[in-house]
Amino acid sequence: MDVNIFQNIWFIIIGFLLMVYSILDGFDLGIASLMPVLAKDENEQKKVMDSIWPVWDGNEVWLITAGASLFAAFPFAYATVFSGFYLALMLVLFALIFRAVSMEFWYYDEKRRKIWATAFTAGSLLPALLFGVALGNVICGIPIDINMNFTGNFFTLLRPFPLVIGLLGLSAILLQGCTWAIHKIEGEVAKRAHSILNKLLIANAVFFILAIVLTIIFLPDILSSSIGWIGAIVYAVALSYVYLSNKHKRAVNALRGSSFAFIALWIMAGAALYPNLVRATIGAYNITIVNASSTVYTLKIMSIIALIGMPIVIAYTFYVYKVFKGKVS
Amino acid sequence: MDVVMLSRIQFGLAAGVHFIFPSLTLGLTLLVLIYEYKFYKTDDDIFKTISSFFIKILGLVFALGVATGIVLEFSFGTNWAEYSRMVGDIFGAPLAAEGIFAFFLESVFLGVLLFARNRVSKKVYLLSAFLVFFGSHLSGLWIIIANSWMQTPAGFAIEGGRAVLTNFWAAALNPSTLVRFAHVIIAGWITGSLFAAGIAAWYLIKRLHTNEAQHILKTALIIFCIMSLAQFASGHIHSVQVTRIQPEKMATFEALWQTQQGAPMSIIGIPVESQKKTYYEIKIPKLLSLLAYFDPNAEVKGRDAFPDDELPPVVLPYFSYHIMIGLGSLFALIGIISIVLLLTKKLFNARWFWYVLFFAIPLPIIANEFGWIAAEVGRQPWAVYKVLKTADAVSIIVPASHVAFSLVILSLIYLMLIVMFIMILTKIIKKGPQSEIY
Repeated sequence: MDVNIFQNIWFIIIGFLLMVYSILDGFDLGIASLMPVLAKDENEQKKVMDSIWPVWDGNEVWLITAGASLFAAFPFAYATVFSGFYLALMLVLFALIFRAVSMEFWYYDEKRRKIWATAFTAGSLLPALLFGVALGNVICGIPIDINMNFTGNFFTLLRPFPLVIGLLGLSAILLQGCTWAIHKIEGEVAKRAHSILNKLLIANAVFFILAIVLTIIFLPDILSSSIGWIGAIVYAVALSYVYLSNKHKRAVNALRGSSFAFIALWIMAGAALYPNLVRATIGAYNITIVNASSTVYTLKIMSIIALIGMPIVIAYTFYVYKVFKGKVS
Repeated sequence: MDVVMLSRIQFGLAAGVHFIFPSLTLGLTLLVLIYEYKFYKTDDDIFKTISSFFIKILGLVFALGVATGIVLEFSFGTNWAEYSRMVGDIFGAPLAAEGIFAFFLESVFLGVLLFARNRVSKKVYLLSAFLVFFGSHLSGLWIIIANSWMQTPAGFAIEGGRAVLTNFWAAALNPSTLVRFAHVIIAGWITGSLFAAGIAAWYLIKRLHTNEAQHILKTALIIFCIMSLAQFASGHIHSVQVTRIQPEKMATFEALWQTQQGAPMSIIGIPVESQKKTYYEIKIPKLLSLLAYFDPNAEVKGRDAFPDDELPPVVLPYFSYHIMIGLGSLFALIGIISIVLLLTKKLFNARWFWYVLFFAIPLPIIANEFGWIAAEVGRQPWAVYKVLKTADAVSIIVPASHVAFSLVILSLIYLMLIVMFIMILTKIIKKGPQSEIY
């Protein structure tokens, strides 16, 4: 198996896009999922929404770009996963549609605010859970035939390991939303976020330990990855940092800590997967960055596009987050 | 129904509903840019009020565009996995480029327009308006590049059973990209300007916000008039391109059954595919030859020049194409009337014309939809012209029952979205132009 440098580059770029997506959209998905706990009236719901309203669409573009990049760089992985996980992805899509429109609808359709608030929360909670389930599946392996077609069914996706990864991802996203709430909102909402933060930290730790246990049982071969263990250490440090920052009421630091926790999770996911994109239950049918990849010419063109475009994107994203700095009024 | 048909219906539904919003976005971002520029130059608050009003609508339109757009990106993998495998080497790149170069720009700076008027300088705010305008149009370009490559593929070779990119620029600037881009952008500006003019006309009818309404009406109608005339030029160039590069498509649009010299242009009729005949047809002799080849006696290929299994169906493309042209002609007429009324200074007294404008609001959207149906159904049976048939592009492992399920749910969701869109739009319009956005 000859890996070329561009295949490695695109493995990293797509991982990077997904990582930034989970950090930034983690704020939105997380705070929206927690809204029933954080906000008790419409006034507080408005504050929750206001904290993400200016940035949510930009955040979602990271997912759209990651999806398109997977399509462009590794079309065979994209085709297998998206067609194989058909029903699950349709559920994600339905949820994302509601999520995207629910704030506008909530704002203008005052009579049905309860419905749109529920759509806002459910439309965020479901993807927050299912993204992790999907990732857990490609890490632990799915039944694939020689033509790279998925041969399982909907319930294949709901095995213990993917479910635990789903719950781990969900708790990481909720933590992200919680630290965001403390950072961006004042008053009762922040107090409530403050009070549930430690519980979310415990949830993160529990699901992480469960994931390690299941890895030992089902995927012992990936335990030898040293990069993975570095990720695990960073993750533990990051969670402790969130705990301490919260204790000393340093909201920005808590936010940084939970974002670093996400980076650590992606490092572990990347280490567990590489050089596979989708592990197959029959090892010979693994979908890798080699057999799923586009041609070198296409990857080169794409690299030029990313090299020109991404630094600019990162620069103005930083700038706009700075513009919206400070608490929601 | 088989999985191919169900998948086609689902993609058609998803793209058809989505297409309402980006075309409006194109026109609205142009208006916002114009009014922000005027505000920047004159410091007159009325322009700020008008711009904020359109930004508010843009926020709604954009949210719906994102919600419906993400379905399309997923669809290539979920429903068209064989397509993705066969042409992913070429087709994925423009989608990724769209995200990186355009969609980020549009989304991030729309956030500034919606929420940061008081947080940034006037200059930065104007720049944001420009970047949203630029981003949405650049986004359109990349999507048109991807779609045009399916119509007139170029810059590729078939290797090991899949299409691989051999020349990026040839693929991106394939023979139909630029003319189709112009056609779609102009259509977007027509849609947005008539939308704005129709709203302004309604305010005049109701004697509300008269000052703002007069400003909007004037600007919107100037754009509308120029663009409705320009659309004839772009439509013509596009037709010439289709006649030469996708001749069976033009033969279908015109229901031209036999190859002939001095081919007529069909104005309207009832084509019957099984009999290869058009009933009650009104046609203008030799016009098709003249328009396509600048020679009234040039030969134009009819449907008989192609094998049956490489021909699109007739009825839907024929009527879609003719409805689009009919509406386009109506727009030119409305455009000319508006300029005459404007120049003779009768626009703000011509009450009857305000009603015309108001009721014409949905017409460009209908024209866009039919134009797009003509283009895509006219490409059948190919997903990628002469490279991959639609029937071979579908996901082979997704059962028809799953697609039927998602189709039903999506239809219900889209119905809800459209109802809510119209309801909220009405609410925003009734509230009228204000300087606050949320």
